[in-house]
Amino acid sequence: MESATQQTLVTMISGPVVKARPAHRFSMNEMVEVGDERLVGEVIDLDEDLATIQVYEDTTGLRPGAAVYAKGLPLYVELGPGLIGEIFDGVQRPLEILRGKWGDFIRRGKTGTALPRDRVWQFTPSVKHGAVVSPGEILGELPESQLITHRIMVPPGVQGTLEHIVPKGDYTLDDVIAVIRSPSDTIHELKLFHRWPVRKIRPYRERLVPSEPLITGQRVIDTFFPLARGGTAGIPGGFGTGKTVAQHQLSKWADADIIVYIGCGERGNEMTGVLVDLPKLLDPRTQHPLIERTILIANTSDMPVAAREASIYTGVTIAEYYRDMGYDVALMADSTSRWAEALREISGRLEEMPAEEGFPAYLASRLAAFYERAGQVVSLAGKKGSVTLIGAVSPPGGDFSEPVTMHTKRFVQCFWALDKELASARYFPAINYLQSYSAYISVVEPWWTEKVGSTWKTLREKTINILQEDSRLQNIVKLLGEEALPDDQKRIIEGARLIKNDFLQQSAYDPVDTYAGPEKQFLLLDVILHFIERLADVVKARIPLFRATELPVVVEIHRLKFTQRGDDPGPFMSIKERIDKEINALLHRQDT
Amino acid sequence: METVTGHAMKGALEYIGLDRISGPLVVISGVKGVGFGELVEIVPSDGQSRQGRILSISEDVAVVEVFEGTSGLAQPTTRVRFLGRPFEIIVSREEVLGRIFDGLGQPLDGGPVPLRGERRNINGLPINPVARAYPQDFIQTGISAIDGMNTLVRGQKLPIFSGSGLPHNDLAAQIVRQARLLTEDEGFAVIFGAMGVRHDEAETFRRSFEESGVLKKVAMFLNLADDPTVERLITPRIALTVAEYLAFEEGMHILVILTDMTNYCEALREVATSKGEVPSRKGYPGYLYSDLASIYERAGRIIDRQGSITQIAILTMPDDDITHPIPDLTGYITEGQIVLDRSLAQRGIYPPINVLPSLSRLMSDGIGEGRTRKDHGNLASQLYAAYARARQVQRLASIIGEEDLSATDKLYHTFAREFHERFLQQGADENRTITRTLELGWELVMLLPEQELTRVKPEEIDQYGKKRTSI
Ligand SMILES: Nc1ncnc2c1ncn2[C@@H]1O[C@H](COP(=O)(O)OP(=O)(O)OP(=O)(O)O)[C@@H](O)[C@H]1O
Ligand SMILES: [Mg+2]
Repeated sequence: MESATQQTLVTMISGPVVKARPAHRFSMNEMVEVGDERLVGEVIDLDEDLATIQVYEDTTGLRPGAAVYAKGLPLYVELGPGLIGEIFDGVQRPLEILRGKWGDFIRRGKTGTALPRDRVWQFTPSVKHGAVVSPGEILGELPESQLITHRIMVPPGVQGTLEHIVPKGDYTLDDVIAVIRSPSDTIHELKLFHRWPVRKIRPYRERLVPSEPLITGQRVIDTFFPLARGGTAGIPGGFGTGKTVAQHQLSKWADADIIVYIGCGERGNEMTGVLVDLPKLLDPRTQHPLIERTILIANTSDMPVAAREASIYTGVTIAEYYRDMGYDVALMADSTSRWAEALREISGRLEEMPAEEGFPAYLASRLAAFYERAGQVVSLAGKKGSVTLIGAVSPPGGDFSEPVTMHTKRFVQCFWALDKELASARYFPAINYLQSYSAYISVVEPWWTEKVGSTWKTLREKTINILQEDSRLQNIVKLLGEEALPDDQKRIIEGARLIKNDFLQQSAYDPVDTYAGPEKQFLLLDVILHFIERLADVVKARIPLFRATELPVVVEIHRLKFTQRGDDPGPFMSIKERIDKEINALLHRQDT
Repeated sequence: METVTGHAMKGALEYIGLDRISGPLVVISGVKGVGFGELVEIVPSDGQSRQGRILSISEDVAVVEVFEGTSGLAQPTTRVRFLGRPFEIIVSREEVLGRIFDGLGQPLDGGPVPLRGERRNINGLPINPVARAYPQDFIQTGISAIDGMNTLVRGQKLPIFSGSGLPHNDLAAQIVRQARLLTEDEGFAVIFGAMGVRHDEAETFRRSFEESGVLKKVAMFLNLADDPTVERLITPRIALTVAEYLAFEEGMHILVILTDMTNYCEALREVATSKGEVPSRKGYPGYLYSDLASIYERAGRIIDRQGSITQIAILTMPDDDITHPIPDLTGYITEGQIVLDRSLAQRGIYPPINVLPSLSRLMSDGIGEGRTRKDHGNLASQLYAAYARARQVQRLASIIGEEDLSATDKLYHTFAREFHERFLQQGADENRTITRTLELGWELVMLLPEQELTRVKPEEIDQYGKKRTSI
């Protein structure tokens, strides 16, 4: 029992940072509740008898002398059915429930549980009474959404003999569904959910080297800067260059099983946009609404800054949980810069020694630790699953030499650099193909050549050569104009223009163009390159290039991305034939 | 530092004596029972009371920022009263609209202090993202560069990035006069928040409201150039609190004009520096982003509520530098920006909107079939692509001369000129319909050879491009 004299009381308040004393009862990263309104906080520093707490809610009106209550657990999330299709704030408060309770504006204070306790789930056990079970082992499953079967696992750290397991039937999160007696005779009562501390990576059996592409349906990414399942990617770019749209596109079209989308310190309307779109869009593979595989975390820029810091961890912990069931999870964090700034703000209030640009010295290690949570693994249950992490970076002034971009670059394998100039010409996605890279090209190549087209590699390399040659020539064009170039170089410029307009550019808002499967990507590039190669014949025949670029088939090439989905190669083949026919006719006319 | 221990009088809430005065901040010790962020009244010996807010509070020391500034405060004699509540104002439709207030919400028009109505904390509350309704109602401003290429929608926050001496005020006033959301709808109002603007600027706005007959629908909150700096931190929040009440309780469509956000940011920097905080870029505090977000995010629409808040903040970019933290962080929060350009202004073009760095992020949902016209999106995209190329050609022409341009480039050169003179350029009272704007757009793109038009569909060219009469 606590006596009044022992009670921990607030001694100082400065924004989200609160100090309290005595602190001997607290442990580092423990969750606490502050004041009469029980504001949720976390212990982030213990110094002699003084605890520093970051509070996840607005502290206006909080007074020195207010009581602080220990929760006995580190900051955790609830993991269980009821996550899919939901939207939570940075510390997993369910926003729909909050709205029901308080109305349209977010207030502070106690909210009840993250996962609904009244919802009934149809659980089917897959193990029998008396079985010996180990951590991570699957006890049974239940349908969580039309798309996702939720596997109930023995929580990490628990093992022993199954003393009891419920029969198939309807259960709520409060029901005990299994009882395990550990070798040391401890009794564990398991429910359909368990808690897990967000700052702790969930254990797995073995880490694999990423080996399969994560197809995003975005041509410039899949064909040129591919992502792998279990990989990492950073999207840096100044404001308005397309980070959010890119992440929205990925969360809609990436061929992952589960999407975790974190709006970390960004706009409210962008979350609304996702909430409006996802229930309406159908997964191209399953034809079910995309919301059925998506979990949203929203800590918008006007919501408390400390919860913004936590949101990233809340999200990645949920991602790992589904990975452990054997799913491929892709997580988008928009924007990791806002997370880093939250770190900086808290650090500033703690009066820590700042390193670069006021960021704390541990910025790099925190970023590294975050991206370290990506990976393809064999779970404790022996299932293959993955977490792919895609983080947007918002460099001040669009300058990539700032700390968050620089450090992110060190820890990610794909770097999709967005370019202000491309964006201002409304050239989207504004991925600068000269500055971007992916370390997974050789990893995904076998998949493409095997599954999509045997000439994938050469096609890709030829395209890149044209683009690089083009960028060299553009320097001359800027000074002397295109007219100054000989025809074989003009061909490169024209070719690159075609690649840029008809392949790389992809409209997120066009119903057909928004998603391009691997087959379409391959076929489209094949057509374009065929045309560029035939242009060489035109140049050789000393026919002015514009005669070829004015051919009617060129308009047909332009239209391909808007009209074809790629499930039928026929139209692409016939365009190739038309290219030959029209170019041959041109050459022939010249001869005669 | 001399320590004058404040001692309690009149209960626990009033103290005499300041421990320290530093810039706009005062430090008071021996304080008990006051809460973070609460309002403070500071009464110097002359009796002219000032207001302030608690920035941090520990067991016995409170740091208070004084909105009216600390000049003239004496350490030993100043009395400090802790009010035990945050900064609040009283809002109602009747007592606010058609009126002029100072930057702290006190009447400047000789009228009464608003008394009847709802008492609201000026900091507001974040809108729950699940309660937001996605903004998508087109607002015709009558300005081609905006309507055609950077469309404004109801509930959007779309700032104007300007430079000193550029006609941002004229543009804002023209938007207020012409915006269809205003004239079509009875339930509209304009909330005008001025931070550190000159007298004549505020007066220009007032006159413009008066001339267009909307003055009764306007509430002005004026912190002028010679008003206290720290007060600027309060003014936009008061304006937005009123806007929220009118929009979401009274169901009105509100246009909020905030000018000049650069002055606001400078006031924030001043306070941060006085506190001895570690600065981030250019001396601005690391939380400038979050602080600005707490203003800009107070725009939008809410499901099942009638009204909306559309926010046009004006800021002047120091040195015309768009990468300066103020425009930069603003652009990271707002739903686009309208960028004014000095070189266009010098060429006599009004409004001197540089469309390339300008953006409306809510455009794609606010335009198209049933809203504006189905070719709008592609046409705008084509105009962007063409204008971007045309600007490159202009640069090339200045090196090699216009005559040596290729045939196609010559057409782009013409395009640039026509774009500036016919599309951008318009009178301060010229109110173009969206149809006229789109027509103009088509006339321009049709200057180019058809195979250059890769962003529009062939059938759109047939339907809209070819029907044009003459140029
Ligand atoms: N693939 C795309 N197709 C069409 N339009 C796009 C695409 N990507 C971006 N855009 C356009 O660019 C605008 C800005 O994109 P977005 O909001 O993603 O920028 P951002 O990089 O996230 O900016 P911020 O850092 O300010 O959040 C969008 O509103 C949209 O108009
Ligand atoms: Mg964004």
